[in-house]
Amino acid sequence: MNQNLYNYILGVADNSLILGQRLGSLTGHGPSLETDIACTNISLDLFGQVRSYYQYAAKIAGDKRTEDDIAMLRKEREYVNVLLVEQPNTDFAYTMARQFLFDVYHHLFLTQLEKSKDLTLSAIAKKSIKEVSYHQRFSTDWIKRLGDGTEVSHQKTQEAIDSLWTYTDELFHQTEADKAMVAEGIGVDVTALKETYYKKVDEILNEATLQTPESKWFQKGGKQGIHTEHLGYLLSDLQYMQRTYPNMEW
Amino acid sequence: MSDKKNWPLWEVFVRSKNGLEHRHCGSLHAADEDMALENARDVYTRRSEGVSIWVVESKHITASNPENNGEMFEPAHDKVYRHPTFYDLPDEVKHM
Repeated sequence: MNQNLYNYILGVADNSLILGQRLGSLTGHGPSLETDIACTNISLDLFGQVRSYYQYAAKIAGDKRTEDDIAMLRKEREYVNVLLVEQPNTDFAYTMARQFLFDVYHHLFLTQLEKSKDLTLSAIAKKSIKEVSYHQRFSTDWIKRLGDGTEVSHQKTQEAIDSLWTYTDELFHQTEADKAMVAEGIGVDVTALKETYYKKVDEILNEATLQTPESKWFQKGGKQGIHTEHLGYLLSDLQYMQRTYPNMEW
Repeated sequence: MSDKKNWPLWEVFVRSKNGLEHRHCGSLHAADEDMALENARDVYTRRSEGVSIWVVESKHITASNPENNGEMFEPAHDKVYRHPTFYDLPDEVKHM
């Protein structure tokens, strides 16, 4: 099997899986019925994308592995999502700040992935980009509302942005698999997205009357499987059913 | 934006496909018209029920009073001749 391609797909898909799980756990707990449904809709969009990626990865693996095995049965160190998406739903400001910081990246990323020489990846990107355009619109809208809202909402959102900022740089790190796939015209050169990303984020934060953090100290490790303490708890929820009742199906 | 308990109520109308009319499908809370439209999209069209959405703040709707139903609607009950049921429609005419 093409190990680089396999690893590359997991690098893309794991972000959506973990963020989808985070949002899904808001089901029934959203701040209002409408935002609760919106967050779980986004979660379902992400899971839909994840299925396509993992099905493709399972096909490349070419053994008995299924999409469910890849999603549910890896150990913590084998997940290669960025640290940003595993951060907890501390409050609604954090949930929206995390979503916003990821959506801006995700949209730029998919726009490039659509040009991939790999037709499956290009097709998944093409389908996902409409969903992600909406996610970005939704989270951007909320950042502006909260930032430019009341004193309390402004303060909470600034705090969320400040605290999550340290995880943004990792979005633009390349793994060995990334480099190999970029060289083959299959993968996206994320380093080339960085400038546009920070410019766009800065514009929206300005509009939201929020300060763009100046800190240059960034966390990394997720892409190498070295995670924050939050991922383990998330995975225990995510994997519970498959671990307790192996091979169970709905 | 004030407390979410103070978010006004909006009525949602969805057109299920081009050529059909917008139909009332429910209501929701939102702080303003943009949020009402996005919420309507998430709450009422997530199973691809629609191609177009209208939202209107509920306070702008003037409703008839059920107490006046007698004078409002009963006079129409015994006037069957107001129904166009006495015509033979050609088979080619659809959607009547």
